[in-house]
Amino acid sequence: MFMKRYGLAAFAAIALSSVSAQAVTLRYANQGDLKSLDPYTLNETTTLAHHGHVYEGLTSRGKDLKIGPGLAESWEVKEGGKKWLFKLRKNVKFHNGEDFTADDVIFSADRVRMPGSNFNTRVPKDAKFTKIDSHTIEVELASPNPIMIAQWDTWYIVSKKWAEANNSAAPTPASATTPSYISLNSNGTGPFKIESHQPGVKTVFKPNPAYWGKKEHNLDEIVFTPIPNDATRVAALLSGEVDVIEPVPIQDIARVNSSDKAKVLAGPELRTIFLGFDQIRDELLESNVKGKNPFKDVKVRQAFNMAIDKETIKARVMRGLSTPSPLMIAPELVPFAKDFKNPKFDADAAKKLLAEAGYPNGFEVGMDCPNDRYVNDGPICQAVVGMLARIGVKVNLNAQPKAQYFAKVLKPGGYKTSFYLLGWTPGTFDSHNVLYDIHGCRGEGTSRGESNLGGYCSKAVDALTDKILVEADTAKRDAMIKEAYTITTNEFAYVPLHQQALAWGIAKNVTLTQRADNQVLLYWATKK
Amino acid sequence: MLAFVIRRILQSVAVMVAVAFIAFLMFRFVGDPVNQMVGIDTPAEEVARLRQSLGLNDPTPVQFANFIWKAMHFDFGMSYQFRLPVTQLLAERAPATLELAFTAAGFALLVGVIMGVYCALRRDSILAKTFQAVSLVGVSLPTFLIGILLIYLFAVILGWLPSNGRGDVVKFGNWWTTGFLTKSGLRALVLPAITLGLFQMTLIMRLVRAEMMEVMRTDYIKFARARGLRTRSIHFGHALKNTLIPVITIAGLQLGSIIAFAIITETVFNWPGMGLLFLKAVQNVDIPIMAAYLMLIGLLFVTINLIVDLTYGFVDPRLRVAMRA
Repeated sequence: MFMKRYGLAAFAAIALSSVSAQAVTLRYANQGDLKSLDPYTLNETTTLAHHGHVYEGLTSRGKDLKIGPGLAESWEVKEGGKKWLFKLRKNVKFHNGEDFTADDVIFSADRVRMPGSNFNTRVPKDAKFTKIDSHTIEVELASPNPIMIAQWDTWYIVSKKWAEANNSAAPTPASATTPSYISLNSNGTGPFKIESHQPGVKTVFKPNPAYWGKKEHNLDEIVFTPIPNDATRVAALLSGEVDVIEPVPIQDIARVNSSDKAKVLAGPELRTIFLGFDQIRDELLESNVKGKNPFKDVKVRQAFNMAIDKETIKARVMRGLSTPSPLMIAPELVPFAKDFKNPKFDADAAKKLLAEAGYPNGFEVGMDCPNDRYVNDGPICQAVVGMLARIGVKVNLNAQPKAQYFAKVLKPGGYKTSFYLLGWTPGTFDSHNVLYDIHGCRGEGTSRGESNLGGYCSKAVDALTDKILVEADTAKRDAMIKEAYTITTNEFAYVPLHQQALAWGIAKNVTLTQRADNQVLLYWATKK
Repeated sequence: MLAFVIRRILQSVAVMVAVAFIAFLMFRFVGDPVNQMVGIDTPAEEVARLRQSLGLNDPTPVQFANFIWKAMHFDFGMSYQFRLPVTQLLAERAPATLELAFTAAGFALLVGVIMGVYCALRRDSILAKTFQAVSLVGVSLPTFLIGILLIYLFAVILGWLPSNGRGDVVKFGNWWTTGFLTKSGLRALVLPAITLGLFQMTLIMRLVRAEMMEVMRTDYIKFARARGLRTRSIHFGHALKNTLIPVITIAGLQLGSIIAFAIITETVFNWPGMGLLFLKAVQNVDIPIMAAYLMLIGLLFVTINLIVDLTYGFVDPRLRVAMRA
């Protein structure tokens, strides 16, 4: 009898311990930190993805990046995008138990547009928010904007009561002298809540039992650690200490795939890597050509486009993990991508074009390139230097860390570059952003073309861009977008190189959906 | 004597100001912090406002004066990346670095002395020759390579020890966290402590070996032998004791560099200490963290050297004469 009871107790103990062993913990390591928990502090992919576990926007984006309902159940667009009516979801609670209502949306709309917010452009400056009832909101704009909600999936809604009670009604400005409550604590409506957060060390997420949406994961806990060192991050995956890492360095992909514990999830990313020319100055800053700017001549830009072999860059530098691109936007984001073809690689024809333009012996030009920003950015630039040498252009490469690179080439640094490499993902996933920000004519007092570092300018493209912004008819809009890209491609405004690939490392017992915007969203993860 | 102490302290202060000045000048070349704080599509006017609010538009001397004035009050401002006070961030990370550094120093001292003594006493044995060869490796291989090799052997291939992090920690009081009290914390400490301490260990081993061999040739050891004392008591009671004086001096001086150069070990093992914080700050041009860390390390070295200088004065009578002059 005693033995029996003892045996039963032991059995119970084993059963109990196996129950606790079944608690599923997913350990995730990224090269970047989760710095502040305030969802309006840093507009950057990794941070957005982290916050997306905790906070939600009025809209959401699905696994295929399609816009769907979020905290707003539905919405109506009136007057061609001048007035919007949002029906908010009922019975949604914040993690602290408060109800989600229209007041929170109006509060968040004000907060996101305050100084100190890094998301000012998420909500148009002139948008007026009006509360119709506790779960209906009307937004009125000065001019129609059919793509207003394109980025609202990452405009996260913050609780009014909670933020005000904790002295966090305004975003933490960079020059603050005391830390704010909201940068260390969180209160969202999302599928996970943050249990503990040590900035730069470790963050623990627990599922939100009261979540309104469908549960698509089987996790009991997510433990996030930033591991900036590539070798360490890969070793942690291979030794089974973490289950998911992002990114896997290209040179380690084969090794991860050959291990018995983990594999690489690779796919195309939306970011386009391209080369740009200074075509606005009358004389290049860094060149031996004096008195004129060779890049003002479309033949020179065409010659560069023909002399750079994108397939070789893909095969040699990117180890197959890139999609050579003729367009300045990822092919997934436009319906007509297949109508554009990469220019044929032809060094001899390129040389002839240079001679026609008046440079039979080529010329010398300086090139700026980051070496820690994009996948293999430094080596890509080195490959470009070699390819241009074949047509007689001597490129003096200045590859430096992103901190110095961006300080030199962006607007605050005075656009001090003659020839450069840059990557661009349209935040809105829409061509208007690409046409406005990197193709628009630069000018005083406008934000148009602010990231158009080389100053390409076409009045025709600008006119189309303005029409594209207000056109509500999709077919007409797409036709205009295509027309704009045809102009920029024919004028060789840039040398689009490729869309780089995403590479996530995941343990073999984990399944995860990879979204092309590189947000690692673990609420779609299951672990056996 | 008092004049000497005051003079040395004034010299230390001068060194600290020089460190602050050099550090400050360096920050002008690490890049633009504002670009790291905003996304690429942030409007330029917003960027300009941020720059103004951080005081980056002030003339350089004004910025430097502000920096010194605040540093004197132990106020290093808010980290650009974390929006948290730098002193709080450093204080949270300090226990990790200090535990690692002291474990590494302890390991280096213990193993180094044992190996050194063995090599001195059994000079021609195979084991002693192996130790010598291994110590060459320890001196010549860079830390990050040793770290990565250890990770691949013990974490990836054998799976015995964790490759990164600090394991579970226990909190003491407001600031201190310790990994000494949990199994995972102790396991996590092994590889980084060996990596960090290896160079010091070989240094101490070689030092002990040389000193010990020298001492073994002296007259008083011969005399002790002649008196018929037991070998064990000659070796450990007389010879080792005299060997240890220079060893302790070196070990003390090296502690500063162990803490300062933990940066590389912390990066390889993703050890959440001050060094890792500093490295990430450099990548993100987080000037307040960089400034505070450099000042802290400067202060550490200056303090250790000051203490060593002053103790020499107490220990060595010849220096005391010089001090009076």
